[in-house]
Amino acid sequence: MQFPILSVIVFTPLVTALLILLMKPERKTEVRVAALAAASFALLLSIWVFISYDKTAAGYQFLEQYSWLPALGISYHVGVDGMSAPLVLLTGIVMFTGVLISWGIDDRPREFFAFLFLLAGGVFGVFVSLDLFMLFFFYEIAVFPMYLLIVIWGWVKTREYAAMKLTIYLFLGSVMALVGALAMYWINYQNTGVLTFDMLQLEKAGFSSQFQAIWFMPVFMGFAILGGIFPFHNWSPDGHVAAPTAVSMFHAGVLMKLGAFAALRVGVMLLPEGAKQWAWLIFILAMINVVYGAFIAMIQTDLKYVIGFSSVSHMGLVMLGIATLTPEGLTGAGLQMFSHGIMTALFFASVGMIYDRAHTRMIPELGGMVKALPFVAIAFTIGGLVGMGMPGFSGFVAEFPIFMGVWKTQWLAAVIASISIIVTAAYILIAVRKVFFGEMPEKFEGHITPITALDKVALFTLVLLMTGLGAFPNLMAPMISLGVQNVLRLLGGA
Amino acid sequence: MDFISTHLLTSILFFPVLAALAILFFPKEQLRLIRWTALIASLVPFVLSLMLWGRFDASAAGFQSVEQYPWYDAIHSSFHVGVDGLSLTMVMLTTLLTPLAILASFGVTDRVKAYMILFLLLETGMLGVFMAVDLLIFFVFWEVGLVPMYFLINQWGSANRNYASLKFMIYTMGGSLGLLLAIQMLGVTFQTYDLVALYERWNAFNPATFLGMPIETVKTIAFWAFVIAFAIKVPVWPFHTWLPDAHTEAPTAGSMLLAGVLLKLGAYGFLRLVLPLYPAQAAQYAGWLAFLAVMAIIFGALGAYGQNDFKRLVAYSSVNHMGFVLLGVAAAAKVAGTADATIALNGAVFQMFNHGLSAAGMFFLVGVIYERAHTRDLDKLGGLFPIVPVYGGILLFTSMASLGLPGMSGFVSEFLVVRGAWASMPVFAALAMLGLLMTGAYILKAIKKVLHGPLNEHWAQGEHKLTDISAREVMVIAPLMALTLILGIWPAWLLDVVNKAMSMLF
Repeated sequence: MQFPILSVIVFTPLVTALLILLMKPERKTEVRVAALAAASFALLLSIWVFISYDKTAAGYQFLEQYSWLPALGISYHVGVDGMSAPLVLLTGIVMFTGVLISWGIDDRPREFFAFLFLLAGGVFGVFVSLDLFMLFFFYEIAVFPMYLLIVIWGWVKTREYAAMKLTIYLFLGSVMALVGALAMYWINYQNTGVLTFDMLQLEKAGFSSQFQAIWFMPVFMGFAILGGIFPFHNWSPDGHVAAPTAVSMFHAGVLMKLGAFAALRVGVMLLPEGAKQWAWLIFILAMINVVYGAFIAMIQTDLKYVIGFSSVSHMGLVMLGIATLTPEGLTGAGLQMFSHGIMTALFFASVGMIYDRAHTRMIPELGGMVKALPFVAIAFTIGGLVGMGMPGFSGFVAEFPIFMGVWKTQWLAAVIASISIIVTAAYILIAVRKVFFGEMPEKFEGHITPITALDKVALFTLVLLMTGLGAFPNLMAPMISLGVQNVLRLLGGA
Repeated sequence: MDFISTHLLTSILFFPVLAALAILFFPKEQLRLIRWTALIASLVPFVLSLMLWGRFDASAAGFQSVEQYPWYDAIHSSFHVGVDGLSLTMVMLTTLLTPLAILASFGVTDRVKAYMILFLLLETGMLGVFMAVDLLIFFVFWEVGLVPMYFLINQWGSANRNYASLKFMIYTMGGSLGLLLAIQMLGVTFQTYDLVALYERWNAFNPATFLGMPIETVKTIAFWAFVIAFAIKVPVWPFHTWLPDAHTEAPTAGSMLLAGVLLKLGAYGFLRLVLPLYPAQAAQYAGWLAFLAVMAIIFGALGAYGQNDFKRLVAYSSVNHMGFVLLGVAAAAKVAGTADATIALNGAVFQMFNHGLSAAGMFFLVGVIYERAHTRDLDKLGGLFPIVPVYGGILLFTSMASLGLPGMSGFVSEFLVVRGAWASMPVFAALAMLGLLMTGAYILKAIKKVLHGPLNEHWAQGEHKLTDISAREVMVIAPLMALTLILGIWPAWLLDVVNKAMSMLF
């Protein structure tokens, strides 16, 4: 039997979470070290999965299947394809950097890391699940700790409101999707007499067009809420702002990808006919995300809200790429998920570092941070260039194929969506200049302490990935293209 | 050595980036070390491009020293670089001006490390545009070069730098949107970004309707999308308003490269992409292009004459001079394939090179006087010739080069452009000559206000006494003056290289 690498990845954070809870609460350093060790281990394994994924064989790899509840057709079935392997890597990176950034958390670090790892385990689980029931199982594991993390460690002013809003939105979405999933399960049973949640089986179920047309929207939208799709995006910026730094990183960096990924995996891949029928609507909603999100980000004065709405805009590009149902659009969506995850983790990490020192995130009150925090300034600026879609960075290699896909589908939409590029450039440049350059307000003089070495490692890792992928898109794009071929095969054609 | 000779273009292209990375690890107090490393690092690409010049076969058609590596297979774009006579000339200009700009910046004392790193990155950005033989790679370098320039203006500029830098960035990015969309359309349609393939297939592409419109309409829209992107960069009237602001606020060396090389990127876009990809549309709209060019020549000159800020005056002169490049392009587009077209194009490219020399020189000289007097107000200067005689002589020489005095290189190129345009568009050629007259007026105005007339005693003695140009500063300007003179007297060595590429352009 081969080494069950995916299970180890999924259960490393979950087991660590339990172990950490067994430690004494006052032994904070030991808790942190344990957390870092587990995160590094998971990161190394996810790098290993990414590298050793066999691109000539394609398809699902590192498969493991154990029956779990055979009477109901539920099995523990995991594997990755070209679409999910980069997202597993992304989760590993965000987890690792998130732990580094959270080193300084002094308020109950034991519980904090335990919940954070519960969340991470859930996220890993969703990305590798090939069983619909397991996917939901892990999905809820990922969403639930968010509530606690925000409500306990969040920003005092809005944490109750934001946590409640986020949880209600996401549960609502997952209930919608779950009903759709059960409908698939049941209809498949009626058609074939086999009870199964196995997605590889359901892919072949051949649901009638009418069934697909009815159930596609609930399933897709149910998951896409977590991806921040318009008009259900509202929970996301509030959640970002209220969450503590590492949770914001997870939330924007990985959780939103979870929504987009599950919408693709369950919505588009299991109900391809429905996807074709409804693509136009998703397309329009995603367009609104892209353009409207950029405009809203532009008028924010709280730096964290700027990033929050920029995520709405950027995740709109992911949805847009998916909605094109073209090879370019889907490849771009896959890359954008990875690129945006890294970028936004970097943004939130930087904002957290500033907020911890300046105790404000209001852009007009900040200034001149480059003198005190040069490393953060450079990292944030590079993140900003990625966000602008500047060529040479990962944002460009992701957005460009998405736009190509849009061209194929509806060229006028590409013209309209391109407005967002300029708006994004404007708000990012203005935010960067106001926060990092110019005069530093006197009250900050001497109060802005330098960041720690661990912070630097985290920022450097993220910057390296964004520039590396931007300069060498071939590092990841071919793998995603393989995953895309699988999607296209189900969509029939190409 | 073998590696360099088989990877000559990539060596030229990426050496500055490597040097910038090395400088990143220097301690920031070591100003001398950083400055000299940057200077020497920027001389390496110059030496390598001399090698490139040496092995370039001027009689062969097509791209030479080609290198191609996989880059982005998923959308069929490869890292494909090469040079022909046109790009070689521009590569030479870039690698020549960058070390001079860095030498000119030795006086900068504020955050020298970051400053030098940005300059080296800027060099790579500019070179990449000139070398790209893949449309997507072209676009990548086209945009990425904006970033270092934005920060150079934004961080080392003068009072109004925030406004100017944002205007520069948003103007150029906004202008490039149409270009970006048109590039995407080409890529989606042909599944390749390779320029040579696109030249052929886009021109042969002739379905009755495309994207629900007649193909002619699509091509016309795409043509204007390209034209606007490049016209903003050149800049052509009426898209020039970002330029005086950017120049006025930029640090001296930034202005040198902005005028010397960055503006050429726009003109290069016309020659490399617009003419070969849209010969029919270019011919059809040649009159409009010529009109814009002549407006740039005339309004640029009038604008320059109206300035009292020395730097703004020189900035407007760029609009005036670059108008001749576009006029050459327009004339060539109208009579594509004839001897006149080749003459006009030769003139346009030569003008690009010459303007690179003279504009960089003029901006540098403005910087020299500003560094001493801390004003660029022409009314506050005056009669400085006796106080700074060497500077005065150099300024006189460079101004004459800018004016296009026979014997200097500017004369040759402007003559070629007008000669090429004469037969096909006599009215515009005549109007351009009128513009040339006005060029004389503003140049003489500047010289008079700075060097002649009653001496402003303020500068003659005491703490405000001006010192003459230093040896280091002479080192910056001397190569530019020498080249201007050599090219004015014997232009053939450069034109021969350009000529073959120009006759093959369509």
